[in-house]
Amino acid sequence: MSRLLAVAALLLFPSWAGAHAFPDHSEPRVGHTVEASPPSVRIWFDGQIEPVFSKIRVEDGDKRQVDKGDSRVDPADGTLLEVGLPALPPGRYRVYWSVVARDGHRTEGDFAFRVK
Amino acid sequence: MKGNALFAFACALTLLLVTSATAEAHGLIGKRFFPATLATDDPFVADELSLPTISYLKLRGTEEAPPTRQFDLSGEFSKRLSADLGISLAGTFIILDPDGGSSVNGFDNLEVSAKYVFFKSAAHELLLSLGLGWDVGGTGSKKVDAESFDTWTPQLFFGKGFGDLPDQLELMKPFAITGALGLAIPSRVHTKTFETDEDGNVDVKKPLNATVFQWGFSFQYNLQYLQSYVRDVGLPAPINRMVPIVELVLETPVDGRNAGHTTGTVNPGIIWFGKYFQLGIEAVIPVNHDVSKNVGALAQIHFYLDDILPQVFTWTPFHGVLGPTQP
Repeated sequence: MSRLLAVAALLLFPSWAGAHAFPDHSEPRVGHTVEASPPSVRIWFDGQIEPVFSKIRVEDGDKRQVDKGDSRVDPADGTLLEVGLPALPPGRYRVYWSVVARDGHRTEGDFAFRVK
Repeated sequence: MKGNALFAFACALTLLLVTSATAEAHGLIGKRFFPATLATDDPFVADELSLPTISYLKLRGTEEAPPTRQFDLSGEFSKRLSADLGISLAGTFIILDPDGGSSVNGFDNLEVSAKYVFFKSAAHELLLSLGLGWDVGGTGSKKVDAESFDTWTPQLFFGKGFGDLPDQLELMKPFAITGALGLAIPSRVHTKTFETDEDGNVDVKKPLNATVFQWGFSFQYNLQYLQSYVRDVGLPAPINRMVPIVELVLETPVDGRNAGHTTGTVNPGIIWFGKYFQLGIEAVIPVNHDVSKNVGALAQIHFYLDDILPQVFTWTPFHGVLGPTQP
């Protein structure tokens, strides 16, 4: 009976468990053009992510890494992954990210933005 | 008390084992999330539970039967045995409600299936797998025409996302297709039946049990993929996790009197997926009038057991705890 109750409880209260973290929104916005070089790329996920295994990288049109290499999860907001950027010339850039949710679920993705 | 607990556990297990006809899976390949499809099978193996799947369709009348409303209540439990090998148990409770007659109901045959993923390409969001389905003859009720013989169905599955299209076609990147091709082979070529007329003469009939080519596809446009990887168009929740979908569910007998004649349905609908479960609803539109002239409906609740409780539901006897499905 206790086993049944445990399974039923976890089905009813899944916040005890985990799941894949997907992006909620980002700055710059996915696929958008910004007027000036942004100071950083920031992605907010829909769940807490693991700082040690979550990374973000930004490449230019020639596939050269252009970010500052300081990818990190915000200590004050465990859903925010960010990396600093130098002043970027106009062009198209692609952001690659890979995150691990707190319980081990891994997700990855990429998106482009353009600097005017 | 202990007896009641055992009885409740046995009932729950029976419910898991005995319910569903359709087989589904959800999965990730690269950054592409494929939701579990409602009417066709897809190429993934996963730890999941579809419960319930509810469908309704009014069948057209034949020489032997009046027009009949058919309700199916089904469920399916799927379990990975390794990262690429999975099994499923499924069953369906059928309710037949004929015009001018009393309704009958009963379980269809238990369905057991195994699936093996033999090719994966994250970069091309491509997945291929082979499967074998076993419709276990004699486990269902004759009242709902459950066959007394086994049917074996070797299957080929594929899933392809179009995230690798060039950026000029970026709005097509959220598009994906899954497909399932199978050949349902009955273990008994003929089923012998006996009919006795008023004079006591016995008429023996041996109708052919046809081998049937089963083919199904789903065409999906993933709004989460659009929003997260292609273009943030500002979709609010819950729309940003919806997948408009059209499923094609078709079958063509390869022998017998209906050889070469295709029947089936086109199912346009929508799936919403969350972190732990998904909801889906589809219209069921017959491709011709052979089976039905009416539009039916299909709805499903589907639980991602590997996300709800990975330490329990992803345990395997030979590979330990697999953890959640990975891209």
